[in-house]
Amino acid sequence: MRSILDWVDSRTGLVSGVHEFLNEEIPASSGWHQVLGSVAVFGFLVQFFTGVLLALNYAPTAGEAYFSLKYIIMEVTGGQLIRQLHHWGASIMIVVVVLHMVQVFIWGSYKKPREATWLVGVVLLLLTLGYGLTGYLLPWDNRAYWGTVVATQMMGAAPVLGKYIQQLVGVENGVVGSVTFARFYAIHVLLLPPATIALIVIHVLLVRRHGVTPEPGDEVLPKKKFFPRQVFQDTVAIFVTFVILFTMAIAVRVPLGQMANPTDTTYMPRPDWYFLFLFQLLKLFEGPLEILGTVILPTLAVVALFLVPFIDRGAMKKVRQRTLAMGIVAFSAIGWGALTYAAVSSSHDTPSSLYDATLVEPWQELKPKELAKATAQEAPQFATDAAKLYLKLGCPACHMVNGEGGKLGPGLNGVSFTRDAAWLEGHFREPQKYSPGTNMPPYKLPPPQMEAMVKWMLALPPL
Amino acid sequence: MPPAERRNFLVSAIYGLGGIISAAFAVPAIAYLFGPVKSRTKVEDWVDVADIAKLPIGEPSEILFQRRRVDGWKVVDEKVSAWVVRENEEEVFALAPGCTHLGCAASWIKDKIEFLCPCHVSTFSVDGKVTAGPAPRPLDRYASRVVNGKIQLGPVERSEG
Repeated sequence: MRSILDWVDSRTGLVSGVHEFLNEEIPASSGWHQVLGSVAVFGFLVQFFTGVLLALNYAPTAGEAYFSLKYIIMEVTGGQLIRQLHHWGASIMIVVVVLHMVQVFIWGSYKKPREATWLVGVVLLLLTLGYGLTGYLLPWDNRAYWGTVVATQMMGAAPVLGKYIQQLVGVENGVVGSVTFARFYAIHVLLLPPATIALIVIHVLLVRRHGVTPEPGDEVLPKKKFFPRQVFQDTVAIFVTFVILFTMAIAVRVPLGQMANPTDTTYMPRPDWYFLFLFQLLKLFEGPLEILGTVILPTLAVVALFLVPFIDRGAMKKVRQRTLAMGIVAFSAIGWGALTYAAVSSSHDTPSSLYDATLVEPWQELKPKELAKATAQEAPQFATDAAKLYLKLGCPACHMVNGEGGKLGPGLNGVSFTRDAAWLEGHFREPQKYSPGTNMPPYKLPPPQMEAMVKWMLALPPL
Repeated sequence: MPPAERRNFLVSAIYGLGGIISAAFAVPAIAYLFGPVKSRTKVEDWVDVADIAKLPIGEPSEILFQRRRVDGWKVVDEKVSAWVVRENEEEVFALAPGCTHLGCAASWIKDKIEFLCPCHVSTFSVDGKVTAGPAPRPLDRYASRVVNGKIQLGPVERSEG
């Protein structure tokens, strides 16, 4: 073992490089408050790992994406867990990156000579939000589709650049379609990951170059080694994050909605929770002021983040004396919290947004024989045949027989009291003619099936 | 805790927690890659392919037919071929053309009374047994049956060799 390590080290310098990395000296004040950078790297690795696994069973084209994701969730062993890990991993990633930034901000670690480290960090935050924005479309369900329609409309509102940005993300005349999907997918898996990896490497090298930020007073205290104490603290923080992630992935179900439907006028689009504040902010600005919420304020916020180390250039202070920084963080947190709270409490979930395509409706588990028993305990053959067809056509999605099924259409027990065979058959063939305005699609069944179906309908006893 | 002992504790904790996290990701990943796929879509296994009366006895006939197959998240209609051999009035067997060596399509050479795979010159007798070449086992067979004079083929069953 020893000789193998020696060989590797003499040819690559890898082993001594790792040792050097682990034995780096850090200030005496280092500790628990500096674990968040490592946790963010862990979050990125989780997303990378689960993302690659998902891609192995995912068809990256509009439409087919939906069915392949459904396949992953419902048919592939462990697919549901991997998808949930990727989904909740994204949320946790945002939380960790923001907390990391807040910690650096409160401690004032962006000050000279660490301005570049901060700037790279701000870009990494933007990339993280970019993953959220592009990844949101990839399930290609209603939530994804409508969320992206709104997001790309907002991009289009940017002065001068708007239409070029839309063109770049494949939105033509405001329509989100196959090209948009391809662009979002390419950005999500081809452009962002290498950019993130490169920037993480630069970010960490910069941290190493300037050393972990000391506090005033550290210069007179003996330095510590990074390993094992700080590595232990980082590992514990990562472990806590890992436990939270797995708990959420197992316990909190992420619904897959109905497939993206551009004609659905009832769907109320909503962004993911971390963008909800922006969604709410837009409600405050109407008419000509709207551009304030969509473009100007978000841009100013990003510019302000970039400028932080150039505005605050005073000497390092003890963290307890940085009350202004704490005030700014508290103020931002309250603003963000209030906007998010307002957005959550003002939302009314529409039926279609509550739909979960991966939940099996009870009627889908019904056996034709059991359903046919609605007519008689010993169901005749025609009833079983008709019930089989009834289930195959998906009728129970809207209609109820013996208390099983949906409520969009009328219940069918006792239909013989109000309708006769001719009416039922006519209604199957041309529903619009018999009940104008109905949602029922026409069913032109071949004669034996039609006969069995009508006979069964008429035999259903009233409840 | 003395410094050496304390250091040992920290190092073991790092490895221990790291190990738990790695295992927690490795196990579902392995299940995801190697576990069975629980297909919820059922397709009809048996397909009518020909009238038994129309086939010559004892000689393979190549029959093309349409079959539905679950392909990942899709159901595809695909054309497949079978070498169907009628043994007598009511019995048939059907060979899958894929050579058991590397999967090239073997075809019936009437003059030589054998199946020939053009890739590495494996040959098979009329009942699919290997007569020459690198093929490790006989040609695979479709499940087959005759219902009311119609030949029906089902899934391909792997031959023993």
